[in-house]
This record gives sequence, C-alpha cells and structure tokens, in this order.
Amino acid sequence: MSYLEYTVKTVPSGWRKILFINWPLVILLTAIAGVGLLMLYSVAGGSMTPWAEPQMKRYALGLTVMFIVAMVPIWFWRNMSVMAYLVALALLVAVEFFGTVGMGAQRWINLGFMRLQPSELMKIAMVMILAAYYDWLPIKKTSHPFWVLVPVFIILLPTFLVLTQPDLGTAILLVAGGGLMMFLAGVHWAYFATVIAAGIGGIYTVFLSRGTDWQLLKDYQFRRIDTFLDPSSDPLGAGYHITQAKIAMGSGGWTGRGFMQGTQSRLNFLPEKHTDFIFNTLAEEFGFIGGISLLLLYVLILVFCIVSALQNRDRYSSLLILGIGVTFFLFFAVNMSMVMGLAPVVGVPLPLVSYGGSAMLVLMLAFGLVQSAHIHRPR
Amino acid sequence: MRRAPKDTAESVRKISRRGLFLGGVQLAFAGALGLRMQHLQVDQADEFRLLAEENRINIRLIPPTRGQIFDRNGVIIAGNEPSYRITIVKEDAGNVDEVIARLSALVELDEDELNRALTEMQRSAPFLPVTVAERVTWDDISRVAVNAPALPGVTPEVGLSRIYPRRGDFAHVVGYVGPVSERDLARYETPDPVLRIPRFQIGKVGIEARHEEVLRGRAGAKRVEVNAVGRVMRELDRREGIPGADMQLTVDTKLQSYIQARLGEESASVVVMDVNNGDLLGIASSPSYDPNKFVRGISVADFGELRDNDHRPLASKTVQDAYPPGSTFKMVTVLAALDAGVVAPDETVWCPGHMEVGGRRFHCWKRAGHGHMNLEQSLRESCDVYYYDLALKVGIERIAETARRLGLGQAFGIGMSAVTEGLVPNMDWKQRERGSSWVIGDTVNASIGQGFVLSSPLQLAVMTARLATGKEVTPRLVRRIGDTETAETGGAELGFNENHLRQIRRAMYAVTNNRRGTAYGSRIIDETVRMAGKTGTSQVRNITAAERARGVTRNEDLPWNRRDHALFVNYAPYEAPKIAVSVVVEHGGGGSAAAAPIARDVTLQALFGQDPPLDAYPSKDRERIRSQQERLQQVLRENDPDGRSRA
Repeated sequence: MSYLEYTVKTVPSGWRKILFINWPLVILLTAIAGVGLLMLYSVAGGSMTPWAEPQMKRYALGLTVMFIVAMVPIWFWRNMSVMAYLVALALLVAVEFFGTVGMGAQRWINLGFMRLQPSELMKIAMVMILAAYYDWLPIKKTSHPFWVLVPVFIILLPTFLVLTQPDLGTAILLVAGGGLMMFLAGVHWAYFATVIAAGIGGIYTVFLSRGTDWQLLKDYQFRRIDTFLDPSSDPLGAGYHITQAKIAMGSGGWTGRGFMQGTQSRLNFLPEKHTDFIFNTLAEEFGFIGGISLLLLYVLILVFCIVSALQNRDRYSSLLILGIGVTFFLFFAVNMSMVMGLAPVVGVPLPLVSYGGSAMLVLMLAFGLVQSAHIHRPR
Repeated sequence: MRRAPKDTAESVRKISRRGLFLGGVQLAFAGALGLRMQHLQVDQADEFRLLAEENRINIRLIPPTRGQIFDRNGVIIAGNEPSYRITIVKEDAGNVDEVIARLSALVELDEDELNRALTEMQRSAPFLPVTVAERVTWDDISRVAVNAPALPGVTPEVGLSRIYPRRGDFAHVVGYVGPVSERDLARYETPDPVLRIPRFQIGKVGIEARHEEVLRGRAGAKRVEVNAVGRVMRELDRREGIPGADMQLTVDTKLQSYIQARLGEESASVVVMDVNNGDLLGIASSPSYDPNKFVRGISVADFGELRDNDHRPLASKTVQDAYPPGSTFKMVTVLAALDAGVVAPDETVWCPGHMEVGGRRFHCWKRAGHGHMNLEQSLRESCDVYYYDLALKVGIERIAETARRLGLGQAFGIGMSAVTEGLVPNMDWKQRERGSSWVIGDTVNASIGQGFVLSSPLQLAVMTARLATGKEVTPRLVRRIGDTETAETGGAELGFNENHLRQIRRAMYAVTNNRRGTAYGSRIIDETVRMAGKTGTSQVRNITAAERARGVTRNEDLPWNRRDHALFVNYAPYEAPKIAVSVVVEHGGGGSAAAAPIARDVTLQALFGQDPPLDAYPSKDRERIRSQQERLQQVLRENDPDGRSRA
C-alpha cells in the first residue's frame, strides 16, 4: 500500500495534526537537550555563557523546525528527497571552495547567523534519498547487482567529499548509515558479508600503507589509531586526551562528584569538554547513574523510532524512520565508544548534548521527518 | 506508482524483520556501552578517583627555617637574616619592558640577572613569578612598595638567608651553606624533596655540612589545587614544617675572635681545649675567609684568590692537616720509656751532639752536644740524643701504643669536615703501607716526632690535656643539638702511672719556667696562671749539602714554604690545669720563637677571659705586649658585628 492509496480522510489534517504528534518522543528529545544545557552550564563554570544560552536558542529553533517539518505531509518530503540530496551535495562541493578552515579541516560554511556543516545535512539527505530509492525500486530488484551499485554510488560520492575535508568521523557515519539503510531495505546478506570481508582487507591495506609514499590516511589519523590502541604509550602526548577522559569518567564513581564539582572538566584536564567529551563531564559529575540515565534516554528514542517504523506500513516512512534512528544511534554510539576509550577519537559529537548548531538543527529536522511520517502514516 | 498489496505485505514483513534485527543489535551495543560505563565508573572508580586527585592537587613545599648555631655563651655564630628579592609576574605586569624600565629607575638592576630573568620569563608560564633582583636592601623594597601602583605584577618577596655575623672567625669550624648542587643530591639515595626548591641552601663544609640533617629541619607542605596548565586555583590546606634544630658549640666567640686576630695572616692554627671535659674553647685556623661570600655565591675571581693562596685559607688546619709533631712528641717517648721501666728520671745520658745508629749518624739539634742529660734536663732543653737513646731501649711498638693512648693517630669526630687521623707508625704499618720492613733509624726518627709521625693540632691539644690530667679527655665541639646535651667526656683514667706523669709535667714546667728551658722567653710571671709546655720544630725538609755549600745554614735563609714548622703545646695553670693549648705556625721557624709567644697570649686570654694584666708578662716584654694588645683591640672592634652596627 502506498500513500496514494490511503484516503486523505484517515490522515489527520490542519491543527488536529498536533494531537497525532509522537509526544513522548518530543519529551525525550527535550529531556536530552535539557541534560545538554545543564552540562554546558556546568562546564562554563556555572554560567549561561558562552555555551548554554546559544545552545538553548538553537534548541528552540530546532524544535520549531521540527514542528514545521512534522506538519508537512510525508509525501511532500518523499518528493523532496532527491532535491535534498542534490542540495547537500552542492553544499559539500561549495565547502571545498568557500569553507572555513577550523581544527585543520574545511567543514563549515558561514551563513552569518550560524555556521553550517553540510556534512551534517548530508547524513539526513542520504537517509531520505535511500528511503525514496528503495520505495521506488520494485522489491524484487533490491538485490540485483546493478540496483545495488546505484545506492553504493549515492553513498560514496558524498563520503569522498567529506573525506577530503578531511572529516573521518562523518565519513564513517555516512558509510555506516548508508550501508545500514541498504541492509534495512532488504539487500541480500551476501553483499554485506563481502563488503565486511573487503573492509577488513582494506583496513589491513591502510595499515600497510603507513610510512610509504602512497599513505592512505594522514599522520594525525594514524597517531590517533595508535593512541587508541595503547593510550598509555604516550600519556602526556597524543594519548593525553583519552587518558584524561577516562579519568574523568572513572572518578565519577556511582553517584558522581556533584553538579559543577567535576575537577577534571573544571580544571581543564578534560579536552573539548563542551563538545566531543561532554559525556565525560556528565559521567564525572553525576556518576554511573547519570551516565546510564542518558544512555537510557537515547535507547528509549531508538525504541520509539523502531516501534513507530514497524507500525507504519508505508515503505518510505518506515525506512526513513529506521534510517534516522540508525543515524541517531551511530551518533551516540560512536561518540560514547570514543570517549570511553573503545574507539579512536574521530570527532563525533554527542547528539543533542554537545555544543554545536549544525548537528542540533539537522537532528531536529530529522525528527521532524519522523514526526511527519508518524502523523501521516496510513491508517 | 501503484504497488501490489502482495508486494506491500512482503515489504512490510522484510522491513520488520531487518528493523527488529537491527534494533536488537543497537540495543545490544547500548548494553555494551552500559557495561563499559559500569566497568570504568564502578569497578575502577577508586583508581580513577586517585588519578583525578593526583591531577588536581599539587604539593608545594614550604622550606623549613634552618637551625641557628650559637657559641657556648649564646652568641650567634650562624643565623638567618631576611633577604629581600623582587619578582615579576608576566601576566600581571602586562607590558614587561615598560614595568622593568620603571623598576630600574627605582632599584639598581643587575644586567646579567635581568637578562636571565627575561629569558626565564619567556620560557615559563605567564602566571609564575620570576626573580629579577636578589638581595636587595630594605630601602629598595620600601621604594618598590611605595610605587606599587605604577609597577603592576612586581612583588617584593622576603625569604631567609644564612648569615655568619662573625665572618672569618668560624669559617673553618662552622663552614658555610650554598645552593644545592647535583653532587649534593647524588650523596643521598632518596634526596629530601625540599632540596629541589629553587634557591634552597645546603651545608657545604664544616658543622653546616656534618649536621646538615639536624640543622635543615623538615619541610612543611601546602596542598594546592592546580588546573591543567599548572595555575594555582586555591590552597586546600597546609602543614607547617619543623624548623631545624639550633646547635650550641663549646667554642667561646670572644676567645676565638681573639685567636683569629692574633694569628692574623700567618699560616697557623691554634686549639684551646678544656682539659677537664674536652670542650674546645677555641679552634682557629688562619688565614681565614668570609663564609658569607659563599652563601651569596662567590665570584670566580674571589674563589681563585682563596684557592691559589699558598697560605691555604680554605684549609681547616686544626683538624685536617697533619704535621710532624717534632719535639712535642718527646713526652710520648719518655712516657713510654718510664712505663716500660727502661729509664729512671735521674739516670743521665751523654749527649755529644750526635749518635751513631745502624751505621748512620743522627744529630742533636745542638751540634756541640748537651753533655749529661737527665729526664727533666733533656725535655726542657729538648736534647734529641737522650730520646734516641730511650727509643732504642723501649722500641717503636711501645711508643706507638703510648701515642695512641694519648690521642694521636685517631680521628676525633667533633663534627668538622675532613678530620685527619694523623699517623702513628709501627712495624706493621710500614710493612703494610710501604712494603718495606721497619729499620732502627725509623725508631730514632719517630722518637723526636720526625720521620713518619704525623699529628694534627687538635691531636696535640688532646695529648697535652691527657698528660695534664691523666684522664681520657676527648674533644667536644658540639655541646647541644636542639634540646639534647651531648655527653661530656674525660672521666676515665688512662691508666698511666701518676708518678711518671708528674715527672713529665715537672719537665714541661721547666721548659717555660726554667732559665735554660727552650720557652723561657714565653714564661708567665703571674704564679696563679703559670703554664707548662713544650716547643717543637718540625723539619719540612733537610737543608741540602748544596745549600750548605752556598752558605745556607739557617732556616731564615730558606724560601718561606721550605722553612720548618713551629709548634708549641702547653697547659695551664700548672698547679690545677684548666686548659690545654696547641699552636702550629706553618714554616714559622723555631717553636720557641714563633709558636710559644702565641700560645702564651692565647693561654692568658683564655684564663682571664679578656686581655690579661700586663704584669703577667715578664717586665721586658710588657711594652711590646701593650702595643700588641692595643692593635688587636682595634682589629677586634673593627671585626665585631655588634660594634659595626652601632657605628
């Protein structure tokens, strides 16, 4: 059944749509953003500036965006999928030429009121286009080699652009997110087995390339991998961040050191305490209980996404919701693995909590899509 | 586009299946993250809490106040004075060059010191104070304080610095402190962390070095919270240190200063010892040097001057130099002979001016010979042949044994640096150390304190005290450490026959009081304080045949550093001994001319506690002594730190 088939009457219209919004999801998102504001207030030493206040405004903006997107019927967004992808791609190309260099990478376009990271936008645009693609593609052709290569191309094109910035974290998220979309759409297992095998081979090759003149990664990326594998080898140099992050987490204990009492973050031992490593501040100040609570909130969002997707009999909608859920999952899973010393430090923010405009707005936009799909589901 | 219902159903089924599978994987991963969190935050919490505290808390040491050193009457020998320095904190100063320009208008800044400070400022964190001027005066500090508003980031700081108010008087006894060097640190297995504090000072020689641990005290500590770049955020708590223990010496400052002034620039040493308890009342070596120069960091030129001076001002001659005791050793030989029963006091020996032993001719200092000599005569006239004869009868082993019992050949641990053992040779020693066997000529040489025998001025004073009392007097320099008195010495009897000792004492009395005595010129007229003594002249080297041919027969004709050493030992008063004195004047010539007058002046000064009345001296000396006293009083007034500050 496609959206054209269900009668418009069964779909809520006008202001009634508000009643059909997935309110628990809104509450969960707000709770997480609230945790983020609290932590930004804390790491600023008990001050709304410089982080908590702008972040609050962004969340308000994001919430508005989410409601607007939610009000628009999902079929409109389906029709916009290809356009969204092309716009995101164009912006990625633009950032190559007009981007602002920060932290050794070209990632931003300055829009005046905010700095836009097109790679963030691409994460959602890719989910949209892949969902639309598999909605359009007859199911029987899903595992056909040619029709498998098309989405692979769709995924790799922006990935390549992001890698040249260079932004390894986002590139990994794009490939993983796209791949999981294909998996959800029902592409045959064998493809994934092959790719995973090839991936292992590829990683091996990357390590082989080290020190040669065809080196595939930058030196700093290799070093990050080294220190990830053995942070204690260089505790004052490159491994310093990971070591300090783990100390911050571990010293929190069960109940934490108390709000604004985290010495690791307050005394600047913790790096990037307001962005990538904000989870450590939380874990230091509110302990295991605080950390596990945030994790639980994230998991609940996943659960709501999966339930909503499974309830939805529209192929585009359910693929979109699952895809956004997966993207969200990848965000916090990679960030938490990273700050707990389970993965290399690749620079992925903690969704809705880390300070940063692009990620916040893009995620709220994505959840707007989820809400739209939820409101306009076939009944 | 229209899709068949069958298709739709299959699509939903497939998405459900894969969606649920992926959801399961996601939840499992979240579970793994939760477990990791639990591992870090619950299992390893204590370990990480500790690491966080280590990060956060720095321990800053508070240097302890160094213990002071007093003389026996409570006069400060080594004290602490406030020393002021000026520091600049770069981040508070803003424009450092401008602030320094303003500062140099107020205070004289040393060019080198300033350049060093500027480089240090570039290297260190902007919030750390950097010293730009050290040892500035109180006036400078006041000027800086008054102009504080125009000098942002400039802080006058006060610390304690070692001061030796008596300057050269105790340089060899107390020594000095200086900055901690790598060599100082290497001496300790686990150096006290306080030694790593910049500008901390450690005892380098003398009492300051030997009693370093006692004087240093224990550092206090404050715990401060620092951030990742080391800036101090706040002080958490502090534990005050334990100041170093004060020490009291047995030395009498007044006497010591007198001795130093009396010795002047002569290369000489004097030890004055209380014969009853071994207290060292004076222990002086000259020429001396100002230890304060070392505290401040002595200049290369000044140090070179001290090092290259042939009078060796840096040497602590009283304890670290050993000289052939010469004739002052004759008491040992005669005591050994009396104890062995090989000689009677009245027995005489014929001195023809020389003696043939083992085919070699040994001369008496008096070439013409002394004629018949008994014990008393031989000692007062210092006849060598008499002792050659005794030595042949008694043998080196008994002489050596007696010498040891009298305190020679052993190092007394009085707390000064490099205390020598001297040398009391015997047959074993020569075989062991020189690899040749003892010959009879060695015994003959040893009998008059030549040859291998070596003793320090301190040992000679101990020997004299033991002869005067017959008791085992041991020198004591440190009277009290903190609240603990050190043990007095001198109780035990040595076990010599009192009669024999009396014979020797009577002979020593004759040395200074008999008209024929070698030190009759240095006699004391005042009967209550008469002294008994012995002169000694020890050869540095023989006058060679070539020199004799050139007409060099007398000591005075030789260059200074080849002349004989002049020695004198005595105790006084003769009837009831209180003090023993030893004097060594390097290359001074004869003991009676160079050493005995010093010993007499020092003895009288020690017994009277001030300049003695002139009628203690023989009448013909009085005029000379009076002008000498006036001259020395002048010197002492100039050197007196209290007098200076009043002036």
